[in-house]
Amino acid sequence: MVGMTKKKTAFWIAVFLLPNLIGFLTFIVFPLLSSLAISFTNWDLISTMEFVGIDNYKQLMADKEFWAAFAHTITFIIGYLPLVMIFGLACALLLNRKVKLRAFFRAAYFLPVVTSWVAVSLVWKWLFNPSYGLINYFLSFVGIEGLNWLQDESLAMPAIIITSVWKDIGFVMVLFLGGLQNISTSYYEAADIDGANSWKKFWNITLPLLTPTTFFVTIISLINSFQVFDQVMIMTEGGPGGATNVLVQNIYNHAFRYFEMGYASAMSWILFIVIFVITLIQMKMQKRWAD
Amino acid sequence: MLLPFLWMISTSLKNQGATMVFPPQFIPDHATFQNYKDVTEAFPMLHFLGNSLLVAVLTTLGQLLLCSMAAYAFARMQFWGRDKLFLLYLATMMVPAQVTMIPQFILMKNFGWLDTYQALIVPGLFSVFGTFLLRQAFLSIPKELEEAAFMDGANHFSIFWRVIMPLSKPTLATLGIFSFMQSWNNYLWPLIVINDKSFATLPLGLSLLQGRWETNWNMMMAGVVISVLPILAVYLFAQKYFIQGMTMSGMKE
Repeated sequence: MVGMTKKKTAFWIAVFLLPNLIGFLTFIVFPLLSSLAISFTNWDLISTMEFVGIDNYKQLMADKEFWAAFAHTITFIIGYLPLVMIFGLACALLLNRKVKLRAFFRAAYFLPVVTSWVAVSLVWKWLFNPSYGLINYFLSFVGIEGLNWLQDESLAMPAIIITSVWKDIGFVMVLFLGGLQNISTSYYEAADIDGANSWKKFWNITLPLLTPTTFFVTIISLINSFQVFDQVMIMTEGGPGGATNVLVQNIYNHAFRYFEMGYASAMSWILFIVIFVITLIQMKMQKRWAD
Repeated sequence: MLLPFLWMISTSLKNQGATMVFPPQFIPDHATFQNYKDVTEAFPMLHFLGNSLLVAVLTTLGQLLLCSMAAYAFARMQFWGRDKLFLLYLATMMVPAQVTMIPQFILMKNFGWLDTYQALIVPGLFSVFGTFLLRQAFLSIPKELEEAAFMDGANHFSIFWRVIMPLSKPTLATLGIFSFMQSWNNYLWPLIVINDKSFATLPLGLSLLQGRWETNWNMMMAGVVISVLPILAVYLFAQKYFIQGMTMSGMKE
């Protein structure tokens, strides 16, 4: 820097960087490395830590509960992802036009996004109440009665999926709105001259040009949904009969209910690897689009 | 989309008998604020509200300061290993929170911080995402501005505080709102580090409410309304920054 001694510069670098760096190393890098180390031990927080090599990982591979949690997470994703994408895109398309009360609708769709998962989960738990819930009341109009949503092994996951889709539509919508605004209007004007109808315009212009956004939103939602937890913990705690025991619920149970820190850490590393692979795919694909 | 919210408000105004009526009533016969009174008197809802405010405000302010200072160093200063260090920061962004949460909990335990405000605040201060976001913003500010100031004898601190920070207000606002919301809505971390109810934040408090009054849905919904109103107010006030924050958090890679 102009007119500054080396010593002075070093002082300022330290002042600006060190507080953050120390915290970064203490609360992010150190936990990250120790989590890997702990995953090779059988630590229970009380007795001394014992190195067990890759035993935890071997045990995980044979652990039916873990694979069930994996499968439940996949079930969640298969149900959640297409729905949230379709509804999110539909809302974005509608609100990208100059409709009446646009600002109001945008705010309404975004409201669940800013609300905490705990609040949302409690409201939906009440909506799904088998005796006095609004959902069963509406279903009774079409002759479906007495569904025991959160206590029924086959309905608990759909209930969690419905809740999650409702909460996240606004988030997906905002990302799609961003993508839609990047499409030049000249394409649509040209299509108008050719006399294309709106369905054709959507199919031949909007959707193809929206591909990078769609891919990006898919990846983000996918990563988020591998980490699904709050709504599960509040609505079912992984039940009934383990039917909604997802990966993070399983990690939470093993770490903070059974205090199997080593085993739970190994699980969290499997989760990390899955997310890492998804991220790698994203980076690869993004490069292709950037060129 | 709004129906669940309307149903929440409607339930919060009912007496317990009215919640157990089928078919359900949308507009209660005898609307009452009694539930709000009960849930704040018989249950420390307002105390949780205070905890949430304290934690969210301190986390947000601390994060803004720490992130912007490091971002200034990364964007505006030359030092050995700077780019490699920043790459290390970036690399940790794809690590899911569940990986670091177990060792972080053990750290809190060893510090003797379980059931303290420090546990709720301190680990949340160091946001890699925030550092990244502010670095990007600082990089876009022309170099000439600070060179002129240096000529006039300004030091790094006054450049940072008088030139860089004021020019980055929109990004700071976005990050601030975003980290406030994250802190306000965080459930998993308080669930892990807080056992003593007196340190519970609103999301944790609500889950305790659930354990206590499983069937008093009118009381529960009053509690939920109390937890939603503040963030809703902030949202309506700063909608633009909320949406920017959410969009950018999605684009953090």
